[in-house]
Amino acid sequence: MGKMRTQSAPWRAAAVLASVLLVGGVAACGNSDTGGGGTTDDGKITMGFSQVGAESGWRTANTTSIKEAAAAAGIELKFDDAQQKQENQIKAIRNYIQQKVDVIAFSPVVESGWDTVLKEAKDADIPVILTDRSVDSADKSLYKTFLGSDFVKEGRLAGEWLVEQKKTASGPVNIVELQGNTGAAPANDRKKGFGEAIAANPNLKIIASQPGDFTRAGGKQVMEQFLKANKKIDVLFAHNDDMGLGALEAINAAGKVPGKDITIITVDAVKDGMQALADGKFNFIAECSPLLGPQLMDLAKKVHAGEEVPPRIETEETTFTTEQAKEALPNRKY
Amino acid sequence: MNDTTSRYRTMIGHRLFWPAAVLFVMLAANTIYRPGFLSIELKDGHLYGTPIDILRLSAPLILVALGMTLVISTGGIDLSVGSLCAISGAIACMYISKQPDQNSLGVVVTALALAMGVSLVLGAWNGVLVAVIGIQPIIATLILMVAGRGLAQLITEGQIITINSEPYRAIGLGHALTLPLAIFIALAAALLVAAFTRRTALGMIIESVGGNAMASRLAGIRSSRVIFLAYVISAACAAVAGFMMTANVSSADGNAAGLWVELDAILAVVIGGTSLAGGRFFLSGTIIGALIIQTLTTTVYAMDISPQTSLLFKAVVVIAVCLIQAPAFRARFSRRRRNVPPPATIADKPKEQVPA
Repeated sequence: MGKMRTQSAPWRAAAVLASVLLVGGVAACGNSDTGGGGTTDDGKITMGFSQVGAESGWRTANTTSIKEAAAAAGIELKFDDAQQKQENQIKAIRNYIQQKVDVIAFSPVVESGWDTVLKEAKDADIPVILTDRSVDSADKSLYKTFLGSDFVKEGRLAGEWLVEQKKTASGPVNIVELQGNTGAAPANDRKKGFGEAIAANPNLKIIASQPGDFTRAGGKQVMEQFLKANKKIDVLFAHNDDMGLGALEAINAAGKVPGKDITIITVDAVKDGMQALADGKFNFIAECSPLLGPQLMDLAKKVHAGEEVPPRIETEETTFTTEQAKEALPNRKY
Repeated sequence: MNDTTSRYRTMIGHRLFWPAAVLFVMLAANTIYRPGFLSIELKDGHLYGTPIDILRLSAPLILVALGMTLVISTGGIDLSVGSLCAISGAIACMYISKQPDQNSLGVVVTALALAMGVSLVLGAWNGVLVAVIGIQPIIATLILMVAGRGLAQLITEGQIITINSEPYRAIGLGHALTLPLAIFIALAAALLVAAFTRRTALGMIIESVGGNAMASRLAGIRSSRVIFLAYVISAACAAVAGFMMTANVSSADGNAAGLWVELDAILAVVIGGTSLAGGRFFLSGTIIGALIIQTLTTTVYAMDISPQTSLLFKAVVVIAVCLIQAPAFRARFSRRRRNVPPPATIADKPKEQVPA
């Protein structure tokens, strides 16, 4: 004790090294599939996949689907969790390029800023598949195809359902919106699709719209303020289930009944969300299916074999009302 | 006349004056924008209103910032608090979710004890790295900041753990005397830390270590023991904050819980008047700092400032607060106005030293 300023330098260096190694160990446990080594040419396809993070139940179901499908298809998967940061994702993609994987697939955290790293992949002759979220690169040759949901369509389906429900409404219908992360494709597109659909009825008006960052805590905090700032809220449109679930608590605390006093529409259809829908707390969910693993592996095999694939492939999706949710709930995988 | 002027001077000179004034201006601006902003009503026997929300939501930040104040005062910094929040919340929720009766008080108490125990060990890890081995605090705690987030996700297996436990929920949403329990927890923590540091010599010892560790050691203070203690207290505060955050939404999210709270906490400490160089610390200032940060967030939602401009808006307010708070900046202005000799600026005296 008391010798902190007198310790010898080698001692300290050894300690730093030890702690760095320890962290390395922990990190390696977290992403056990990232482990180094190049690709051996045994005919087996190697895919490098960079995931956005684990921000919601949806995302973890997506991750599980990809891992399971890769194992089933006999594709060696190198998986990386970018923890919502673009720089992590760019780093992971560069690693995959260095490791000379056969196919790179990733779900971009944000839409912009990918041109350089995608160009590097193209120069290295590694095909890139985008999953779930798109990029805004003008040069479409930078990636082979984009497999994922049509977020604009999800927003539109949600909006069309609302227009149908409120077609007899005589007065104004006040809508509040919980957006996803600012700048993320699902946030931009769902907002756009929903906005276009409700334009059909001038009574439907979005009176407030703020990002809840796709998390329950975010959705709750924003909804609390919406409820205090606006006397009359008729409809809540949340860009994902988790924000809607957070908002439920805020609505309860305000002494209102979710699903009755305030109509709640969300996107995703994860288990907790479907349960809320079946219980009548949500009113409508536009599905955004995370189970795109098998489709992704098929595509990986095709692009690896040099086959042409369409530049845009949609995942199969539907919508749910309370009755449909009750029916579908027992068979949901996530 | 002379008396009033001098009293006015003393008030302005008080170090809590400017942070409190900023908080007041923000609340006033909100009230002008929406007259109902400050209104509080009674709903189901609980007080309900935006000011209550601000207090409740700032409770976790106040806790984290209290610990951070002590650490910064020793001349260090603790970047790992956000990850610690995620870990403590994840452990507690994971344990509760595995039990058959989630509503049993015993289960919740065990979960809290377990999570607190792990957090204290991690705090001790930080303390050993900094105080015993002598690694730079920013590097030492960066290790746990990065690794801890992964650890939290390992615990939750990357899922959001939803629990259904009334006693646990109460930590974030329960009420006592019509006010949210979280407010009382934060208040109790503040009083506890204040009592320990201001009613005993500990506070002065911490300040002297932060002012000059070598001199304090020569004066007979075991500097490394004090520094070690600061990191453990910081971890304990972060653990309780983690309970609140997860209880608030009845779910543990290893990825999002406590994300960036370390930066907010450091900001709260700085707004409160504690120097990042170490030395004297101000607990009440830190609390006002935390309230300012939460009020700012709430303002963005309440005024429905568009997401694209809200980041800029926050940055402008934070810069303004920091400038107003800086004696050097204020001195420059008052010199221009009144031609009085400026008080010592930060450049003149890099650290406030306390005689030990």
